[in-house]
Order: sequence, then structure tokens, then C-alpha cells
Amino acid sequence: MSNLMHTAEGSSYLFMGNEAIARGALEGGISVAAGYPGTPSSEIIEQLARIAEQKNLYVEWATNEKVATEVAAAASFAGLRSICTMKQNGVHVASDFLLHLTGTGVRGGMVVVVCEDPGALSSQNEADARYFAKMLEVPLLEPGDFQEAKDMMKWSLDLSEELKTFVIFRSVTRMSHASGNVKIGEMPDLRPHAYFNCKGPLLDFATGPMITGPGAVAYARTVQHGRLKKAVSLFEQSPFNLYAGPEKPELLIITSSACYLYSKEAIDILNLADRVGLLKLGTTWPLPEKLIRKHFLRTGSILIIEEPQDFMEENIKILAAEAAGEVGAKIFYGKKSGHIPASGELNPDIVITALKGILHIQYEPVPQDYAKEAFQAVFKSPGRELTFCPGCPHRASFLSIHNALMLDNRDGFVCGDVGCYGIGVLPAGFSAVKTNFSMGSGLGLATGFGKLKQFGMSQSVVAVCGDSTFFHAVMPALVDAVHNKSDVMLVVLDNRGTAMTGFQPHPGLEIDAMGEVALPVDIGEVCKAIGADVASCDPFDVETAETTLLDMLRKKGARVVILKQICALSPEKRGKKLYQMSVREDVCKGENCGCNRMCTRILRCPGIYWDTVGKVSHIDEVICAGCGVCASICPSGAIRKEKVA
Amino acid sequence: MDRALKKDPYNIIITGVGGQGNVTASRMLAGMLVARGYSVTIGETFGASQRGGSVMSHMRVSQHGSWSPQIPKGKADLVVSLEPSEAIRVLSGYGNPETQSLINDRPIYPVRVIAGDDKYPSMDEIRATIKKLTTRSFVISATEEALKLGSPIFQNVIMIGAVDGMGLLPVSIDDFKTVIVPSMPEDKAAINVRAYEIGEALVRG
Repeated sequence: MSNLMHTAEGSSYLFMGNEAIARGALEGGISVAAGYPGTPSSEIIEQLARIAEQKNLYVEWATNEKVATEVAAAASFAGLRSICTMKQNGVHVASDFLLHLTGTGVRGGMVVVVCEDPGALSSQNEADARYFAKMLEVPLLEPGDFQEAKDMMKWSLDLSEELKTFVIFRSVTRMSHASGNVKIGEMPDLRPHAYFNCKGPLLDFATGPMITGPGAVAYARTVQHGRLKKAVSLFEQSPFNLYAGPEKPELLIITSSACYLYSKEAIDILNLADRVGLLKLGTTWPLPEKLIRKHFLRTGSILIIEEPQDFMEENIKILAAEAAGEVGAKIFYGKKSGHIPASGELNPDIVITALKGILHIQYEPVPQDYAKEAFQAVFKSPGRELTFCPGCPHRASFLSIHNALMLDNRDGFVCGDVGCYGIGVLPAGFSAVKTNFSMGSGLGLATGFGKLKQFGMSQSVVAVCGDSTFFHAVMPALVDAVHNKSDVMLVVLDNRGTAMTGFQPHPGLEIDAMGEVALPVDIGEVCKAIGADVASCDPFDVETAETTLLDMLRKKGARVVILKQICALSPEKRGKKLYQMSVREDVCKGENCGCNRMCTRILRCPGIYWDTVGKVSHIDEVICAGCGVCASICPSGAIRKEKVA
Repeated sequence: MDRALKKDPYNIIITGVGGQGNVTASRMLAGMLVARGYSVTIGETFGASQRGGSVMSHMRVSQHGSWSPQIPKGKADLVVSLEPSEAIRVLSGYGNPETQSLINDRPIYPVRVIAGDDKYPSMDEIRATIKKLTTRSFVISATEEALKLGSPIFQNVIMIGAVDGMGLLPVSIDDFKTVIVPSMPEDKAAINVRAYEIGEALVRG
């Protein structure tokens, strides 16, 4: 049974943060949820999709974050409660619509759930989406533990509906992808009726058209400012803002989100409960001014602990300046002072270091001689460079792309995109990828490069994208390439799902998020309809793939090659070998072959290793996924592949 | 079967290489502990780090609610490693003189080792290093034992059984049978119980 369906009110279960958020959304009575997959946000929609039928929900994986936000807003306009989910940079995609949505406000409660990745553990950026709350003028809520992840999510929906504005609910990797005990509450069984009332007068956003436009902007912003004022008055009383510590601490920590747990731990380890106060804020924009002023009176020294940027620090300093006459001058510690790193993910050790420095205390986690041993030991553990999984189609695809570019011999390069295939920049992808930015930017940049002929540029330009990325943001670039006559080749690495984030379905598949049959949008047909020259093949057929890529490279205009092979980790494929692989040790010539140990030194697949004693290659049975690619490249024919029945 | 927590919070790190199933292992262990009434906090990383990289699940077992999902340096009480060289990496950051460890002896070679650009330490070297960094450790052949059962997939249950065998946590095979087994396909129940018993026996001897 899904964790979300527990009914024993008041009982405690182990919830992943994202499950807790999903459960909170259910307890808050949502009917519609939409999102675009992105670590660490994906499990919220996944979990809700699984129980959509039982709970009468509509749940979708949208084409991109902007569409997800629009789907959620439509539900709100029709009187339903909704959420949309995304990772931190997804807000940048959705922001144009969100900017305009503050011009009308919402009807049913609507929450934009942003799961951020401080330290960029699974991202190409560590964007801080909290700034959007200030920029767009909407309330911002951040849970400080797993119980709050559920409880605040529910409250966010109530708050949004009461204030008539969407609110931003912000989580981080160590909240979304961490797990803890959560006491569940009541889950309403709703059967709401959707109706978009738009018959009322203009500028009446409760019954009239939902429209933004010249003439109404200043009025709409005034209304929004009134909502923010009301938010502040509610935040002043919020149980999600907590203080623990002495009446007059030497130092006051102000923090939020996972940093609250790090701060608590650091205070515990350093035994500082009677010297340091801890103010945990759950409502971080607009700030509850009176509450913070009250805590300013406790002490003259304040340490602000947050990640990844100094959003709270800036805003709290403004409050301190405004209140200086009443609360006196304060010494601030944080990112600006250098006590907290200005980039990267925080952890309890960073907070410990900051407290040691500010309060001049001694603490070493382990005895000195142990620390010395530990330091020497770390060099014994070899580093692990990222690589494609055994049996990953991308390894084969990049091998052929690399070889085709070499044979094409025009100094060609690959513009990468967002997905596992970003690893193409490393030796695992034969270092073919030379640019990598945001979703869809691979083809966008390649299209730009492909227009530079008049300035003498003669290099071949290739872009790669995944199947989900294709729908998200690559199509507009392809239209541009075709219409504006760019010489560019797009390779779609179609592995039948949004693989990196856990195989969420996308518009190219025959099923939707809720597991229902859906009309697949065929990538090849779309590219043809746009006007590109299209070819497709299986990357595991290395010879055909290489020939096809080379033929297409030599053509002009906008071309698309679709390399289609299912991800090795997909539920359909996982654990199923195409071939049983083995090395004929009598045939492998090892170092004397002249192949430069192509299977191990060049292909670098985790499933085949070099036997340093026997001086031949070996298949690791436990790891090999049986794709057969190594057999295709062995010049001696020493690698045998037998079809698995 | 009544063991109290040796410490509160009791800190466990389950480590390995992306794809080995350390998330599943941490979930199983956590499920058994939560069913016993403990609060468990788990921190883990998914995503890019899974692709051949080192992975860790940090687990805090407590009677007093949630803790930081990242264990502070030097505070691991038990390190469970699904891969030998990863145990060293984790112990060097999170170990202390009282740390205990359980290690599966099956290496997964990093691509730079496969390509011949880097060396993988010998098992003797690994054992010696781990001895210096722990007060008590067990090195078992969980993957080999799993292969005898028909699939490497059983290695994680063998490791969980071995954790039980170390006698450090308030869990037993009965918890495994009542909490974890019911969520498995019926035809896999008996073999998983067998895997758990094998793990327990490998450590108890």
C-alpha cells in the first residue's frame, strides 16, 4: 500500500520528505497536481499519481514546468485546490506565467512546490528560488523537518485560498530525499465540482475574467500588497516559527529548512543549549517583523544559517536597520562575514565550525592520532568518476557519435543537454560533449553555431537531447533551425522515459503519469513535420549507428537522428540481459593486440575489466547488463555474445 | 530479543556504489526499527551520484524524533559497506575509535581502474586499513553467498541479516518476517528469509 493511503489518524510512519509533502497536499484537499520531473522533486507527483484513481485526483507529468503551473492554475480558477512541483531551475521556466498570475491571484488554494538542490548534488546549478517569492511578491514557506513538510503543505493550501494568491513552498534535497517519522492527520474525501465562473465584471477576480493587462497592473499590485500584509499578520502567530534556548543567549541563530536540523545538531554536539538561542523560521517571506524584533532584543550577536544564498540574511539585516533605534545595533555573522560558506551545501560540521569561531571554543570530532590515520586512509580508496551504467545506450551512442565526428574530420563537437547524457563531457562519453547548459539549450546553441558559416565557421555541429528534454524545450530550437536555415544535426537519445529522475512517462509514451493509456507523440514525426531530415536506428547496432550518423553529418540543413534504445535501469529492462557475454581468453590478445585494450581502456564499461594477472579482459557477471556493445568493438572477435532466450 | 539502543541517536551509514541498492537496504533496516517504535531519520542522495559514483545513506535511530539527515564527521557508530573500498572512504570521514563496520568483500572497480589509470587496493590492504579505523569489523562474502542463492540481488538482505548478527541494533529476524517480507512477492519470501539467516550466521559464526 502507498504510504499516502494510511488512515490511522495520529499514527506515525516513516515518510520520505516528498511523501510527506504529497500526504500534506492530500490532507489539504487537492484535486489536481502537475509537475515536471527534476531531482529532488519528482517523488511528489509520482506518489500522487499512484493513488490518483483511489483519491479522485487528476495528476500529470506536464511537458515542462510552465505548463505544469498553468495546469495547476486552471484547476484553481475552476475552484479546485492544486499544486505544481518542480526543481529549483524549473521556477525560472515557470516564472513568466507566475509573474502574471500575481496580477489576478487565485481562487482554489494553489501551491508552487519547489525542491531545491543546494550543493548541486544532482543539478547543474544551485539556484535559490526564494528570491522569486520577493520578486513576484508572494508568500514563502519552508518546512524545518519531516512532520512540518506534511503539516505546512496542508497549511499552505489553506493560506493560499484565504489570501487568494499562490504561495511558494520550498524544500531542499535533505528534506525531500531524507526520511523521518511523520504523524498523519485526517484526509478529506472530496468530490468537488469544477466550474470556471467568468461572467462577472472585469477586475473582479472572484467571478470575472482572469486577465492581466495594461491599466490593471498598478491596481493588481496594490491588491497583492494587501495580501502580503495579511500574510505577515498571520505569520506573526505561526506555530512554524519556533524559538528554543535561554532568555538572553550570547548568540542567536536564525535559520530555516534543513539548516534547522544542522543547527540543532551542532548546538547539541557542542553542548551550547544554555549559551545559544535558535530561532527557526518557517515563514521566510514576507518576514514576521514583530516576531523577529522581539528576538532581536535577546542579544547583540546574530548568526544566520541558510543555503544556498544569503536571502534571509539580507532581509533580516534590513529589519535590523529599521529597528535599530528600538533594538540597538547588532553584530551579524553569516555568509557576508565568511562564517558560513557563500556557496555549496551546508551540514552540521559547517555550523560547528562557525560556532567554534564565533564563541572561541575547542572541539575535535576524533582524537588526533585517529584523524591522522583517517586522513592517510582516504588515499587508499580509489576515486569514482561518474560513468554510464552497464548496458546504458548512451555509452554506445556517444561511441558512434565520437567515431562519426572523427571520420567526418571537420573538428566537430557536441552541444549537450540536461540528463544522464551530460556525462558525455567525461571520458565515459568519449569527451564528445563541449557545451552543457539548461533544458533545450543544446540544440539552441548548436542552431546558433550552425548559422556562423558567413563568418568562416566550418566545424560540424551536433546537439544531443533526451526524449523528455525534446518535448520540454528542444522543439522551439528545432523550428528555429529549420526556418532560419541552420546547418545542425540533432541526435535524440531516446531511452523511452525520463530516465535520470526515475522513468517518469513523457508525451512520447503510450501511458500517462496515472498509468492510463495515452496518445504517444512521435518524436520522428514531429521532427519531419517541422521540416527536418530524419533518420533513426538502434545504438546497440554500432555499425549501422555509426554509418547513419556519418551520412547525416555530411548532409546540410537541419537533420535529426533518433537513437532509440530503452534505459538499462528502466523497470521493463532492469535485470534482463539481451546477451550472455564472455571473453574467449585464448583469443584475447591483450596488450599485444594493437587495439589499445579498446574494451577496457576506451569503452570503460563497468561490466568488463582487465585481469591484471591473466592479462586478458574479463566480463564481471554480476555487473554486466548484456548489451553486446563490447563484442561489436573487439577487433579480435574475442568477446562472445550469446542471445539470452 | 530485547536490545536497547547502544546510544541515542545511534548513527549508521550504509554505503556502496550507485546501483548496488543501498537505498533499499536502508529502507529495510529503517522499516524494522520504525516498527519497533523508534524514530528514524535517513538522508540519502539520488540522481547523478548514482551513475557509478559513491553513494551513502545516513541513518539516525533515536527515541527523540528527527535528527540531521547528514551525520556529523566522526559520528558514525556503524558503517555497513556493500563494497570494500567504499568502507575506507566513509570511515575516513565519519569513523571514530569506537566505530564498528560490516563489509561485503566484492569489489566494484571504478572506471579509472578498469581503464588502467588507477589502482584498486588489495583485500589485505583494505582489511588492514579498516582494522585501524574500527574497534570491531566483519568482512563477509555477501555477493558470493547471494549468487549461490541464484542472484546478486539477495546480497542486501544478507547484509541486513549480518547487521542483526552483530548484535548492535534492536532488530531480529522476526521483525524482518513481519515488517519486510509481506511487501515482497510471495514466491520470494522464503528465499529472502534464507538470505537473512545466511547473513546472520556469517557474522555469528
